[in-house]
Amino acid sequence: MTNDTSGDVRLSGISKTYGSFTAVHPLDLTVPQGSFFALLGASGCGKTTTLRMIAGLEEPSSGTVHLGEQDVTALPPYKRPVNTVFQSYALFPHLDIFENVAFGLRRRGIKSVKKQVEDMLDLVQLGEQARKKPHQLSGGQQQRVAVARALINHPKVLLLDEPLGALDLKLRRQMQLELKRIQTEVGITFVHVTHDQEEAMTMADTVAVMNAGRVEQLGSPTDLYENPRTTFVANFLGTSNFIEAEVDSKSGDDIVLKAGGGKLVLPEARCSAPTATGGKVLVGVRPEKISLTPADDAGDIPEGRNRITGKIADSSFIGVSTQYVVDSPVCSEFEVYAQNIDRDARLVPGAEVVLHWNPAHTFGLDAAQSLLAGTTGSAGIQEEAAV
Amino acid sequence: MATLTEAPPPLTPTAPEKKPPRKRGRLVPYWLLLPGILWLLVFFALPMIYQASTSVQTGSLEEGYKVTWHFATYWDALSEYYPQFLRSVLYAGSATILCLILGYPLAYLIAFRAGRWKNLIMILVIAPFFTSFLIRTLAWKTILADGGPVVGALNTLHVLDVTSWLGMTSGDRVLATPLAVVCGLTYNFLPFMVLPLYTSLERIDGRLHEAAGDLYAKPITTFRKVTFPLSMPGVVSGTLLTFIPAAGDYVNADLLGSTDTRMVGNVIQTQFLRILDYPTAAALSFILMAAILVMVTVYIRRSGTEDLV
Repeated sequence: MTNDTSGDVRLSGISKTYGSFTAVHPLDLTVPQGSFFALLGASGCGKTTTLRMIAGLEEPSSGTVHLGEQDVTALPPYKRPVNTVFQSYALFPHLDIFENVAFGLRRRGIKSVKKQVEDMLDLVQLGEQARKKPHQLSGGQQQRVAVARALINHPKVLLLDEPLGALDLKLRRQMQLELKRIQTEVGITFVHVTHDQEEAMTMADTVAVMNAGRVEQLGSPTDLYENPRTTFVANFLGTSNFIEAEVDSKSGDDIVLKAGGGKLVLPEARCSAPTATGGKVLVGVRPEKISLTPADDAGDIPEGRNRITGKIADSSFIGVSTQYVVDSPVCSEFEVYAQNIDRDARLVPGAEVVLHWNPAHTFGLDAAQSLLAGTTGSAGIQEEAAV
Repeated sequence: MATLTEAPPPLTPTAPEKKPPRKRGRLVPYWLLLPGILWLLVFFALPMIYQASTSVQTGSLEEGYKVTWHFATYWDALSEYYPQFLRSVLYAGSATILCLILGYPLAYLIAFRAGRWKNLIMILVIAPFFTSFLIRTLAWKTILADGGPVVGALNTLHVLDVTSWLGMTSGDRVLATPLAVVCGLTYNFLPFMVLPLYTSLERIDGRLHEAAGDLYAKPITTFRKVTFPLSMPGVVSGTLLTFIPAAGDYVNADLLGSTDTRMVGNVIQTQFLRILDYPTAAALSFILMAAILVMVTVYIRRSGTEDLV
């Protein structure tokens, strides 16, 4: 990343209301030049509206949009130095691939487009298809035409509106890496809208999780995954287990909590809730951080780990891992993903087990929110998390 | 339920069963076509053959007509009535262009901008059909009457000076001039232009407009490069639906025109119903049909609409 700020996207107090419905609440957001930024959320959360306001396709009800130092709020789309890759591509059906890609160049009065268009088509590996019509191409090819058509204009910012939504899973993975490669190569700011948490995490440097017209949390994919600050983020990005606990005491940088008769340790830095003694805290832990040990071997578990007892309710073999649902006094459906390295034959439904994990992997959330926020996201997300 | 111990059925069926299974659905398309084909046969093909034979007959009303393969009738009809043919093409062509100029913005408005008024405007477009063609054309006689407000206004605005100079009107009259006939044709066939235009405009994905705007096309360029090319199927079918019936029309020329504005439709009507020269009338009909067919074919080839989605 450079110090050049001409490709910064700066949204200040931007909002959008339709009648009495607020699609986007006043929002401040800065996307630095050259970064790959993802707006992630379920459908109807305002992410596409936000993108369209940057593109100029939607007029904000309040606030301003800056590209670099330029205030573009009042500019129509055709005067903004941004280009969009539309959902389902919006390729011009009456023009061939070459003319589709050349469209933006021609509109800016550039006469000799041949070389540029051919180079761009080669970049997206469609040199052979130049004279075909869009409907003669496959979904993945159309998607690459859409990217080429936008990128050839060297926009300051490239906006991507669910560009991979229409592709099948395998092709989607491939295009994710491809887009990431192109972004690194051209160094343009990418703003990517998606409802697919895995897509956002694979591609973006920074992810903004949106919910009901607001940015719920913003950060790097690792940061969002490891330190979710709301149950919505914790559930929307992957799966989380929650235990309702009460603050007992503090020791050094850690908080000690009481839950179901046992004690749990939580680093204070990873707790976003007030931690007054006696206060309620939701203790969260990701399923893959947890180890399962049969109750008989509980003595072998090293000291200093958070532990919970329970009984395996269900297990499903996924290949790389086995997913267990553990019924425990503190949480009725505790999910545990165990790598299939050494499978313990005793870990079958009905077995008494001890769940234990490194306290550093624990996060604390405000108990005054719904445990289920973010879980009703699209089915695709649940599927992806399970792979 | 079959049990496992049961012997497997023989793989090859015995001889009598070898008859290929009857494909029950195979004849259905033909049954579905039958009523239409019968209708066309009785009311289109047979009259056509009858007219074709009439056109090569000679004789007189008193002595009766006989097929003598007298193809000269065609040539005679064409050389005598070519001015009316040219006039038909000219009037129908002008009316078609006027319909396109008036109808396109209207169809565009209904398709993209009308919002909740969409249905109301559509009804208004179709509403004239609730009255008979004849009554509507007669109404135009009143509208364009000498000394009426419309003609008065056109006179005051010196529009009639221009149209007079162009040879479309004479003096301070509109009625009984080519302009009146073209106006009548335009009015009567406008819905045939608007409806196909609307259908093809309405089918255009709104995101294509956004994409064009996003790719630096000003609204006017978006229209020129995206909207209009994509509406070409509507333009072609609209112009055909207007031009073809307008070229054969005689009511407008009869009611709104004069003897100087007779179109080929008027000639055919007179030959059939007043002069009772059936061979000439039949020949004229066939010439008109052939001329329209050729023009339409060339037009469709030129506009290249088969290439459009």
